[in-house]
Amino acid sequence: MIRILVSSDPIDLAGEMARMEGDDVGAVASFCGLVRADDGVDRLELEHYPGATEAALDRIARAASERWSLQAATIIHRVGPMHPGERIVLVLAAAPHRHDALDACAYLIDRLKTDAPFWKRETRGGEARWVEARHGDAVAAARWTDPTP
Amino acid sequence: MPLTILYFAWVRERIGQAEESVTPPTDVVSVADLIGWLAGRSAGHAEALAEPERLRAAVDQNFVALDAVITGAREIAIFPPVTGG
Repeated sequence: MIRILVSSDPIDLAGEMARMEGDDVGAVASFCGLVRADDGVDRLELEHYPGATEAALDRIARAASERWSLQAATIIHRVGPMHPGERIVLVLAAAPHRHDALDACAYLIDRLKTDAPFWKRETRGGEARWVEARHGDAVAAARWTDPTP
Repeated sequence: MPLTILYFAWVRERIGQAEESVTPPTDVVSVADLIGWLAGRSAGHAEALAEPERLRAAVDQNFVALDAVITGAREIAIFPPVTGG
Protein backbone atom coordinates (compact mmCIF):
# COMPACT_ATOMS: atom_id res chain seq x y z
CA MET A 1 0.00 0.00 0.00
CA ILE A 2 1.37 3.38 -0.99
CA ARG A 3 0.48 6.58 0.82
CA ILE A 4 1.57 9.96 -0.56
CA LEU A 5 0.68 13.21 1.15
CA VAL A 6 1.80 16.77 0.40
CA SER A 7 0.21 19.18 2.84
CA SER A 8 0.74 22.34 4.88
CA ASP A 9 -0.48 20.51 8.00
CA PRO A 10 2.00 19.36 10.68
CA ILE A 11 3.14 15.73 10.26
CA ASP A 12 1.55 13.28 12.72
CA LEU A 13 4.47 10.95 13.46
CA ALA A 14 2.67 8.54 15.79
CA GLY A 15 -0.45 8.37 13.66
CA GLU A 16 1.54 7.63 10.50
CA MET A 17 3.62 4.95 12.23
CA ALA A 18 0.48 3.30 13.56
CA ARG A 19 -0.97 3.11 10.03
CA MET A 20 1.97 0.91 9.00
CA GLU A 21 1.48 -1.72 11.67
CA GLY A 22 -0.21 -5.03 10.96
CA ASP A 23 -0.05 -8.71 11.83
CA ASP A 24 2.28 -9.57 8.94
CA VAL A 25 4.57 -6.56 9.25
CA GLY A 26 7.86 -7.36 10.97
CA ALA A 27 9.69 -4.06 10.47
CA VAL A 28 8.88 -0.40 9.96
CA ALA A 29 11.82 1.83 9.06
CA SER A 30 11.43 5.58 9.26
CA PHE A 31 13.21 8.75 8.28
CA CYS A 32 11.98 12.08 9.57
CA GLY A 33 13.58 15.33 8.41
CA LEU A 34 13.37 18.44 10.60
CA VAL A 35 13.90 22.12 9.86
CA ARG A 36 17.36 23.11 11.13
CA ALA A 37 18.16 26.55 12.53
CA ASP A 38 21.33 26.70 10.35
CA ASP A 39 23.19 29.99 10.87
CA GLY A 40 20.13 31.66 12.33
CA VAL A 41 17.43 30.40 9.95
CA ASP A 42 14.15 31.41 11.59
CA ARG A 43 11.74 30.42 8.84
CA LEU A 44 11.71 27.91 6.00
CA GLU A 45 9.21 27.96 3.18
CA LEU A 46 8.57 25.03 0.88
CA GLU A 47 7.21 25.49 -2.62
CA HIS A 48 6.07 22.59 -4.80
CA TYR A 49 4.55 21.79 -8.20
CA PRO A 50 1.03 20.61 -7.37
CA GLY A 51 0.14 17.41 -9.18
CA ALA A 52 3.64 16.78 -10.52
CA THR A 53 5.08 16.55 -7.00
CA GLU A 54 2.58 13.93 -5.88
CA ALA A 55 3.11 11.99 -9.14
CA ALA A 56 6.90 12.05 -8.63
CA LEU A 57 6.56 10.78 -5.04
CA ASP A 58 4.22 8.04 -6.20
CA ARG A 59 6.77 6.94 -8.85
CA ILE A 60 9.52 6.81 -6.20
CA ALA A 61 7.35 4.73 -3.84
CA ARG A 62 6.36 2.35 -6.66
CA ALA A 63 9.98 1.89 -7.69
CA ALA A 64 10.86 1.03 -4.06
CA SER A 65 7.99 -1.46 -3.88
CA GLU A 66 9.28 -3.21 -7.01
CA ARG A 67 12.83 -3.33 -5.73
CA TRP A 68 12.22 -4.51 -2.17
CA SER A 69 9.64 -6.75 -0.58
CA LEU A 70 7.49 -4.03 0.99
CA GLN A 71 4.06 -4.20 2.56
CA ALA A 72 3.64 -0.44 2.67
CA ALA A 73 5.46 2.77 1.78
CA THR A 74 4.54 6.25 2.99
CA ILE A 75 5.95 9.59 1.87
CA ILE A 76 4.67 12.73 3.56
CA HIS A 77 6.11 16.14 2.76
CA ARG A 78 5.09 19.39 4.32
CA VAL A 79 4.83 22.58 2.22
CA GLY A 80 4.34 26.25 3.08
CA PRO A 81 5.98 28.13 5.97
CA MET A 82 7.76 26.23 8.76
CA HIS A 83 10.04 26.97 11.70
CA PRO A 84 13.15 25.27 13.14
CA GLY A 85 12.37 22.03 14.92
CA GLU A 86 9.28 21.29 12.85
CA ARG A 87 8.97 18.11 10.77
CA ILE A 88 9.36 18.71 7.08
CA VAL A 89 9.37 15.18 5.65
CA LEU A 90 8.49 11.68 6.83
CA VAL A 91 9.29 8.48 4.95
CA LEU A 92 8.18 5.05 6.18
CA ALA A 93 8.75 1.57 4.78
CA ALA A 94 7.10 -1.57 6.14
CA ALA A 95 8.35 -5.06 5.35
CA PRO A 96 8.44 -8.54 6.87
CA HIS A 97 12.16 -8.11 7.62
CA ARG A 98 14.39 -5.21 8.60
CA HIS A 99 16.82 -5.08 5.67
CA ASP A 100 14.09 -4.47 3.10
CA ALA A 101 12.52 -1.82 5.32
CA LEU A 102 15.81 -0.03 6.07
CA ASP A 103 17.14 -0.07 2.49
CA ALA A 104 13.80 1.01 1.03
CA CYS A 105 13.54 3.85 3.55
CA ALA A 106 17.00 5.16 2.57
CA TYR A 107 16.10 4.84 -1.11
CA LEU A 108 12.84 6.77 -0.66
CA ILE A 109 14.47 9.79 0.97
CA ASP A 110 17.54 9.79 -1.31
CA ARG A 111 15.38 9.75 -4.46
CA LEU A 112 12.96 12.31 -3.04
CA LYS A 113 15.85 14.76 -2.63
CA THR A 114 16.64 14.77 -6.36
CA ASP A 115 13.49 13.57 -8.14
CA ALA A 116 10.59 15.45 -6.55
CA PRO A 117 9.83 19.10 -7.37
CA PHE A 118 10.16 20.98 -4.07
CA TRP A 119 12.07 24.21 -3.46
CA LYS A 120 13.24 25.57 -0.09
CA ARG A 121 13.47 29.25 0.75
CA GLU A 122 15.08 30.14 4.07
CA THR A 123 14.74 33.39 5.94
CA ARG A 124 17.38 34.74 8.36
CA GLY A 125 16.55 37.94 10.19
CA GLY A 126 14.06 39.02 7.55
CA GLU A 127 16.34 38.22 4.59
CA ALA A 128 15.13 35.39 2.33
CA ARG A 129 17.23 33.24 0.03
CA TRP A 130 16.50 30.17 -2.11
CA VAL A 131 18.46 27.11 -1.04
CA GLU A 132 20.92 25.78 -3.66
CA ALA A 133 20.84 22.12 -4.64
CA ARG A 134 23.67 20.11 -3.05
CA HIS A 135 25.96 17.92 -5.13
CA GLY A 136 26.01 15.36 -2.30
CA ASP A 137 22.28 14.76 -2.81
CA ALA A 138 22.83 13.79 -6.44
CA VAL A 139 25.64 11.43 -5.38
CA ALA A 140 23.40 9.84 -2.71
CA ALA A 141 20.57 9.33 -5.21
CA ALA A 142 22.93 7.96 -7.88
CA ARG A 143 24.17 5.14 -5.67
CA TRP A 144 20.75 3.51 -6.03
CA THR A 145 21.03 3.42 -9.83
CA ASP A 146 24.24 1.36 -9.71
CA PRO A 147 23.56 -2.11 -11.09
CA THR A 148 22.79 -4.51 -8.26
CA PRO A 149 23.98 -8.11 -8.50
CA MET B 1 -2.54 25.89 -29.53
CA PRO B 2 -1.44 28.07 -26.61
CA LEU B 3 1.08 26.59 -24.25
CA THR B 4 0.88 27.00 -20.47
CA ILE B 5 4.22 27.90 -18.90
CA LEU B 6 4.71 27.48 -15.14
CA TYR B 7 7.58 29.01 -13.16
CA PHE B 8 8.75 28.01 -9.70
CA ALA B 9 11.03 29.34 -6.93
CA TRP B 10 13.46 32.13 -7.96
CA VAL B 11 12.52 31.74 -11.61
CA ARG B 12 8.93 32.66 -10.67
CA GLU B 13 10.08 35.54 -8.47
CA ARG B 14 12.34 37.08 -11.11
CA ILE B 15 9.73 36.77 -13.85
CA GLY B 16 7.07 38.14 -11.51
CA GLN B 17 4.40 35.59 -12.36
CA ALA B 18 3.75 31.92 -11.67
CA GLU B 19 2.02 31.10 -14.93
CA GLU B 20 1.44 32.44 -18.41
CA SER B 21 -0.07 31.30 -21.67
CA VAL B 22 2.07 31.73 -24.80
CA THR B 23 2.08 30.75 -28.46
CA PRO B 24 5.71 30.32 -29.52
CA PRO B 25 6.74 30.55 -33.19
CA THR B 26 7.17 27.27 -35.08
CA ASP B 27 10.98 27.40 -34.94
CA VAL B 28 10.79 26.88 -31.17
CA VAL B 29 11.26 23.11 -31.09
CA SER B 30 13.06 22.23 -27.84
CA VAL B 31 12.82 23.35 -24.21
CA ALA B 32 16.12 25.22 -24.73
CA ASP B 33 14.62 27.05 -27.75
CA LEU B 34 11.60 27.95 -25.62
CA ILE B 35 13.77 29.31 -22.80
CA GLY B 36 15.65 31.46 -25.32
CA TRP B 37 12.41 32.75 -26.81
CA LEU B 38 10.76 33.42 -23.41
CA ALA B 39 13.85 35.40 -22.32
CA GLY B 40 12.86 38.09 -24.83
CA ARG B 41 9.46 38.75 -23.25
CA SER B 42 10.55 41.13 -20.48
CA ALA B 43 13.54 42.26 -18.44
CA GLY B 44 12.43 39.89 -15.67
CA HIS B 45 12.27 36.96 -18.09
CA ALA B 46 15.71 37.86 -19.42
CA GLU B 47 17.17 37.90 -15.90
CA ALA B 48 15.48 34.68 -14.76
CA LEU B 49 16.35 32.73 -17.91
CA ALA B 50 19.85 34.13 -18.57
CA GLU B 51 21.67 30.96 -17.48
CA PRO B 52 19.88 27.91 -18.89
CA GLU B 53 22.46 25.59 -17.26
CA ARG B 54 20.96 26.61 -13.89
CA LEU B 55 17.44 25.64 -15.03
CA ARG B 56 15.49 22.40 -15.09
CA ALA B 57 12.23 21.67 -16.90
CA ALA B 58 9.22 19.42 -17.03
CA VAL B 59 7.06 18.81 -20.10
CA ASP B 60 3.51 17.81 -19.22
CA GLN B 61 4.75 17.12 -15.67
CA ASN B 62 7.62 14.83 -16.70
CA PHE B 63 11.19 15.92 -15.96
CA VAL B 64 13.15 16.32 -19.20
CA ALA B 65 16.55 17.48 -20.41
CA LEU B 66 16.65 20.94 -21.96
CA ASP B 67 17.15 19.47 -25.46
CA ALA B 68 13.78 17.67 -25.22
CA VAL B 69 11.31 18.40 -28.01
CA ILE B 70 8.15 20.26 -26.96
CA THR B 71 5.97 19.49 -29.97
CA GLY B 72 2.42 18.75 -28.83
CA ALA B 73 3.11 19.72 -25.20
CA ARG B 74 0.40 21.51 -23.22
CA GLU B 75 2.21 22.48 -20.03
CA ILE B 76 5.89 23.28 -19.56
CA ALA B 77 7.42 24.08 -16.19
CA ILE B 78 10.76 25.88 -15.78
CA PHE B 79 12.48 25.89 -12.40
CA PRO B 80 15.81 25.68 -10.51
CA PRO B 81 17.26 22.32 -9.39
CA VAL B 82 15.00 20.84 -6.70
CA THR B 83 15.79 21.12 -2.97
CA GLY B 84 13.13 19.14 -1.10
CA GLY B 85 13.46 16.71 1.78
